Amino acid sequence: MSIGAEAVAAKGWLGAHKWLLARRASQLGILALFLLGPLAGVWIVKGNLTFSYTLDVLPLTDPYILLQSLLTRHMPEMKAFVGAAIVLAFYLLVGGRVFCSWACPVNMVTDAAAWLRERIGIKGGAHVSRETRYWILAMTLVLALATGTLAWELINPVSMFHRGVIFGIGAAWAVILAVFLFDLFVMKDGWCGHLCPVGAFYSLLGKVSLARTVAVRRAACNDCMDCFVVCPEPQVIRPALKGMDGAGPVILAANCTNCGRCIDVCSKDVFSFGTRFGNKEVNAPSQAHEIASAACK
Amino acid sequence: MMEADKPKKASAAAQARRQFLLDSARMACGVGLLGIGIGLYAKQAKALPPLALRPPGAGAEKDFLGACVRCGLCVRDCPYDILSLAKPEEPVATGTPYFVARQLPCEMCDDIPCVKACPTGALDHKLTDIDKARMGLAVLVDHENCLNYLGLRCDICHRVCPVIDKAITLEQQLNPRTGKHALFIPVVHSDACTGCGKCEKACPLPVAAIKVYPTELARGEPGKHYRLGWVEKEKAGGSLVAPDLEHRYNLPEGLRYESGRGFVPGNEASPAAPGTQPAAPKALQGGKL
Repeated sequence: MSIGAEAVAAKGWLGAHKWLLARRASQLGILALFLLGPLAGVWIVKGNLTFSYTLDVLPLTDPYILLQSLLTRHMPEMKAFVGAAIVLAFYLLVGGRVFCSWACPVNMVTDAAAWLRERIGIKGGAHVSRETRYWILAMTLVLALATGTLAWELINPVSMFHRGVIFGIGAAWAVILAVFLFDLFVMKDGWCGHLCPVGAFYSLLGKVSLARTVAVRRAACNDCMDCFVVCPEPQVIRPALKGMDGAGPVILAANCTNCGRCIDVCSKDVFSFGTRFGNKEVNAPSQAHEIASAACK
Repeated sequence: MMEADKPKKASAAAQARRQFLLDSARMACGVGLLGIGIGLYAKQAKALPPLALRPPGAGAEKDFLGACVRCGLCVRDCPYDILSLAKPEEPVATGTPYFVARQLPCEMCDDIPCVKACPTGALDHKLTDIDKARMGLAVLVDHENCLNYLGLRCDICHRVCPVIDKAITLEQQLNPRTGKHALFIPVVHSDACTGCGKCEKACPLPVAAIKVYPTELARGEPGKHYRLGWVEKEKAGGSLVAPDLEHRYNLPEGLRYESGRGFVPGNEASPAAPGTQPAAPKALQGGKL
């Protein structure tokens, strides 16, 4: 049976795709808000993902680029700091890598690559550690310090794509196509799951962020493995779902993007969104708790 | 790889440490290679092409590239749409704002909306008087084709200049070709030129004779120890080295020197009697240095 067929049978197509649809609405909605200005002359949001100004009152700054700018020994205006504080507070609330799965436009590209890869059955490919992104993150910060410029921004596909859509794409389409083909042929979940330093930066917020995906009804898991297949960061699921080493049901791993694909694809409704608190088995719903602890023993 | 195939006495901890060091080395080298590539590219990207100008209030290029987050708010708030963000294939650092004077020059808005829009201060918020902006410096590059140099009264660069008669003045000279007409030479003054590029845009030649260049390209610099004698003299209120003496030629008896004529018979008493110059145009007299 194909991936997610069970969920579709159990919950209907819409029920098995609701978070995916919500995410696409969010990603496209954000792009639409930015495009309303240049295309229709309705200026709700100005700027792009590195800094935007909404309704001339709300500044939003990418804290990662602000950090790089500080490392070049530039002292930005207060507005940039306020914008970064708002963004940091938001992602500390909803989950660090929510940026990746709900806001970043590259996610649609790499999701498309992952979908096609699954569809036409491409297996294997190059392999590097998922920790590589943290090395690249460190490298970009060292570059800012050493060159005194935002060197990473010269080639950053994330900002290049978003800026390109809004201000004119130029040759950035080639970079985006390269990311797509890389994910399709060279490495599964290659860009977002292994290399991107922007995601790596936001994952650091994910270490302490409030909203988490929780395997609340993990006792009901029938080991169909669909969640592992659809998850772009499958390593985050196992501890929470299988209760390894006495782990509670909350997915605490920083690289969970709260995309909700596991929620959609599970026919048994094992997963749901929750918070990082109450991650004790004693706080789990009593029935699930008994079955879960029995399963662990 | 090399696990288990050599049953050596290395403990599990030592093995793990060795693996950790190997993994770290692999990462550091691979990512480091990428970093060196980007770093060298960044070095090249600091070289702004001469015809690309930054918006008002931008600092030196190396500082600007650390301060500008490429958000495009200056582009959005420019009422004349002269700014654009560099696309990856353009020879300007990706995503940074610039304009090309020959296409669309800066209109020098009094309220400088582009600077106000900048959230990071890459465009310096201390710039509140657009006349103090220094986007570049106009240089009359081509003396051979400039119409005024040819003796015509084009004067367009002078007349379109928003800081007319301060940033560009017309200096009169004798036209050596005709010997009797004047040349009105446009002269740019760096203490007033904002680098807006209106002159370059308006130059009627197919390729502009006057161009705005980044200031560091356009200007020379005197030696740090150079002092202009006449300036120092004025500051001090008199000669600094020796008392001012009236100049004397010490010519042979019965000869005197006359400007334009050389040695002529007579007494030394009147070295350069006024009005003795033959038919020099008035323009040549009151000329500056």
